Amino acid sequence: MSQSATAPVAGAPEIPSIPLRELAPWALFFGLLGLLVIFFISADQGAVSIPSGTLIHEWVHDGRHLLGYPCH
Amino acid sequence: MSARAFLVRGLLAGLLAGIVTFMVAYAVGEPQVGAAIALEEAGGDGHSHSHAEGGEEGGDEGGEEAPEVSRTNQSTWGLLTGTLAIGVALGGIVALVAAVALGRIGRLSPGQSTALVTLIGFVAFALVPFLKYPATPPAVGSGDTIGLRTSVYFGYLLVSVVAAALATYGAVRLRERFGTYAAVVGGTAAYLVVVVVAGQLFATVNEIGDFPADTLWSFRLASLITLATMWGVLGVALTGLIGRLHRQQQAVAERKAFAASL
Repeated sequence: MSQSATAPVAGAPEIPSIPLRELAPWALFFGLLGLLVIFFISADQGAVSIPSGTLIHEWVHDGRHLLGYPCH
Repeated sequence: MSARAFLVRGLLAGLLAGIVTFMVAYAVGEPQVGAAIALEEAGGDGHSHSHAEGGEEGGDEGGEEAPEVSRTNQSTWGLLTGTLAIGVALGGIVALVAAVALGRIGRLSPGQSTALVTLIGFVAFALVPFLKYPATPPAVGSGDTIGLRTSVYFGYLLVSVVAAALATYGAVRLRERFGTYAAVVGGTAAYLVVVVVAGQLFATVNEIGDFPADTLWSFRLASLITLATMWGVLGVALTGLIGRLHRQQQAVAERKAFAASL
């Protein structure tokens, strides 16, 4: 097993990988963006409100319940 | 294979997952949401919506004041907004995690490692948090505890996701020395120990009261089907797209190698 992990068998297709240096900015920026979207859909105007009010909460109300997030 | 290629496919797969999830949630989930709201309105004071101003039942039609968003909008455009946004966001994040995992999880092919990442994502991000803090229908849950419930839900979610990431990393390292069997068993066991122990330590939320058990069960089942649809479609679509990309690139590489050999 350990040998095959370091030295692939002849004929076995090589699996590409992406250098972490190249991935880091993508993962950071779009990861944060994605988390922000998830926050607004799943939790905003429940425990924390940015902006204050209830419109976002009411608008995504059913999705919040059905996707299992704490709603009210 | 690049970060961009993964992200674009993740967003597409997420969009598709969001659309399908909306259809399933509308067909399977909305009747249960409607049943819960009907109970809430019939029951009167028991559990009130905290988000209504003053705490009355302003969130639903039938209250004295006009609701901010009508039930029709909540169950159609509102639900679609939620599933699409969560689908696209999850799709992008899962795809970037799959890009990190590419070529780094044993000798799994790009399609296989992507499928594994989505499966782990479903268990860690949706299934395990659901088992500890199951979805609650409207009419269940006091507005006074939304702060506590939100923090324990997302706290437990964070524990689960971090544990899954570390367990996967540990399993990859374990495999180099002890092989695949030990790696899968070890990684899975480590994750389970963490989430079970954390599950015992985290506060339990029980605000069901006298809410009818059959409606609750139907709602939770519908919620689980909704979550499984989201992750299932995302996983299948993303795995298909990444597998196809890999095959195309292989074909190009083979053609180049053939041309060079002439």
